[in-house]
Amino acid sequence: MSAAAELPVWVAILTAALVLLGAALALVGSIGLLRLRGFYDRVHAPTLGATLGAGSIALASMIYFSALETRPVLHEALILIFVAVTTPVTLMILVRAALFRDRAENDDPLLRPGEGVARLDADARDPRETRG
Amino acid sequence: MSAAILSWSLWAAQIMLALGMSCAVFRMLRGPRAQDRVLGLDTLYINAMLLLLTVGMASGRTLYFEAALIIALLGFVGTVALAKFLLRGEVIE
Repeated sequence: MSAAAELPVWVAILTAALVLLGAALALVGSIGLLRLRGFYDRVHAPTLGATLGAGSIALASMIYFSALETRPVLHEALILIFVAVTTPVTLMILVRAALFRDRAENDDPLLRPGEGVARLDADARDPRETRG
Repeated sequence: MSAAILSWSLWAAQIMLALGMSCAVFRMLRGPRAQDRVLGLDTLYINAMLLLLTVGMASGRTLYFEAALIIALLGFVGTVALAKFLLRGEVIE
């Protein structure tokens, strides 16, 4: 941290704020992974850390190294682009696999009472139709 | 002044990311089904990548960036292979 002492204070404050924001978002996402009940709820939580968390930490790293070396250092954008592209692909394949496994055991999550499409149907259903 | 701000914020961020990694490890070891374990592994490698980025900022060297990039690449491949295995029972058909 010897070289960091010559940095301007606004760079240090901006970097610190972005790093703390990103780490807090990643922590909230991981706690959500721990706390939420079903798998289909849980799969939403880590995306907090994967999108905005990774984005703000990579941005902080870009700002910090650009100020430290007094030239634009932008290679953290690679990680940012790569994670932003791959996370939706990964999680969609994983949810497909989970859906396939649940359906193979005759436990379709979309047909469970009080969840998914069944709940949406029950909310949207016209009361006159259920009477007949 | 700016060195103190940076070292304290990076330290706090590393502690938060390590807590997040322990949550992911808990889900990976405990997770009731296989897809929960794969999701825990996915969260674990994302948090480890962010932790490596903060370690690289604390050390002031750009060496750690390459390690973080490799973790991102291999973690993606690993999660997709595990999800494909859960979907079909084999990785390469």
